[in-house]
Amino acid sequence: MAEEVLLFGFWGSPFSRRVEMVLKLKGIEYKYIDEDFSNKSPSLLKYNPIHKKVPVFVHNGKHLAESLVILEYIDETWKDHPILPKDPYKIANARFWAKFIDEKYLSAIWKSCTSEGKEREKAVEETSELLQFLENELKEQKYFGGETIGLVDIAANIIGYWLEIFEEAFGVELLRKEKFPKLCNWANEFVSVSAIKENLPPRDKLIAFLRNRFGVGNASK
Amino acid sequence: MAEDSVKLLGYWASPYSLKVKWALKLKGIQYQYVEEDLKNKSPMLLQYNPVYKKIPVLVHDDKPLAESLIILEYIDEVWKQNPLLPIDPHERAKARFWAKFADDKCVPALVAAFSKKGEEQERAVKEARENLKILESGLEGKRFFGGETIGFVDIAAGWIGCWAQMTEEIIGIKLIDAETMPLLDSWFQDFLEIPLIKECMPPQDKLLEHCKESHKKF
Repeated sequence: MAEEVLLFGFWGSPFSRRVEMVLKLKGIEYKYIDEDFSNKSPSLLKYNPIHKKVPVFVHNGKHLAESLVILEYIDETWKDHPILPKDPYKIANARFWAKFIDEKYLSAIWKSCTSEGKEREKAVEETSELLQFLENELKEQKYFGGETIGLVDIAANIIGYWLEIFEEAFGVELLRKEKFPKLCNWANEFVSVSAIKENLPPRDKLIAFLRNRFGVGNASK
Repeated sequence: MAEDSVKLLGYWASPYSLKVKWALKLKGIQYQYVEEDLKNKSPMLLQYNPVYKKIPVLVHDDKPLAESLIILEYIDEVWKQNPLLPIDPHERAKARFWAKFADDKCVPALVAAFSKKGEEQERAVKEARENLKILESGLEGKRFFGGETIGFVDIAAGWIGCWAQMTEEIIGIKLIDAETMPLLDSWFQDFLEIPLIKECMPPQDKLLEHCKESHKKF
């Protein structure tokens, strides 16, 4: 049966890139549509009238929104290269960390980059505490998923790649090697995985985009 | 399974620990309940949930789990009777989507309607009503989100009907409008009438007092 797999995304979004990473990992063919935020396509608004955001995933006419929901759907539908473990407790643990990453990290990182003075100090400290949780959670593993990447690694793509780009674009230092050796190591391993490497937005293009869009004029360091 | 292998740390007035109680009851799972004093959290709670330091926490064979929706999915995967989630992956994804929508979009608006005043409250009420209307569309005309019987989204979001009613009474503003949201209104009523749901609810008068006390603080 011919499968129709569509993904509406944005080239710079870690959320739509997560979906692409899993599709690549599992060798699933799909059609990608890049959305322009200032001019959202009628298709996007039709498929995600509720949140009007990317990513939106369409499989044989059935559509889904919310990146973590989409990732679990993909994992349940295409069984090769699973991103969730088999044990219910380990699955719950993976979901916990993925949810935690989504709820806390991007806003803390964003605040650290775009606020000033005391607010920035507070945000930087909060980001550091959050990074410590993940540093501890890695333990002695290569990836959060163990020997191969899993749901948490993919959810943590924000930290694995986007964080360093935010640091460069806004001139902030958040993921220090002395403080977070395991996490830094993990980030290097993560971006080396071919399914991940092929799905990272170009660094310079993203830095320029962030600086342009969010009005940061100063060059860093 | 022995009762002492499943423990739930909760708070009597919390809808989040109520959800877990409902799931355990639906599946006939015996468990030990531990009531937490939220003003004086136990070392056990802080040890079991160092990240959020909140209830509910489910402990199964000494392994702790936090976050109510994650706990619900875990319970569903370990105890297969009376399943909460459907089998079809797309239906499962829809259920997860709606449970998340209720938590992320309906609840904060309701909390803001409860705790704010003036223009801020007006905006929150409008947003709450809009999001509840959207939630109604997730029912797809069914009696419950789970179909003819309750499922994951019903347990995840059905409590909102009760808390919204209390909020309406306290702030004097209608949130769930039977005219504009007839299906949602029926759903809440049908859900809260189910015997096992009713049995686990905290005493309504005590809960109302508790909500009124909380409201005074704002």
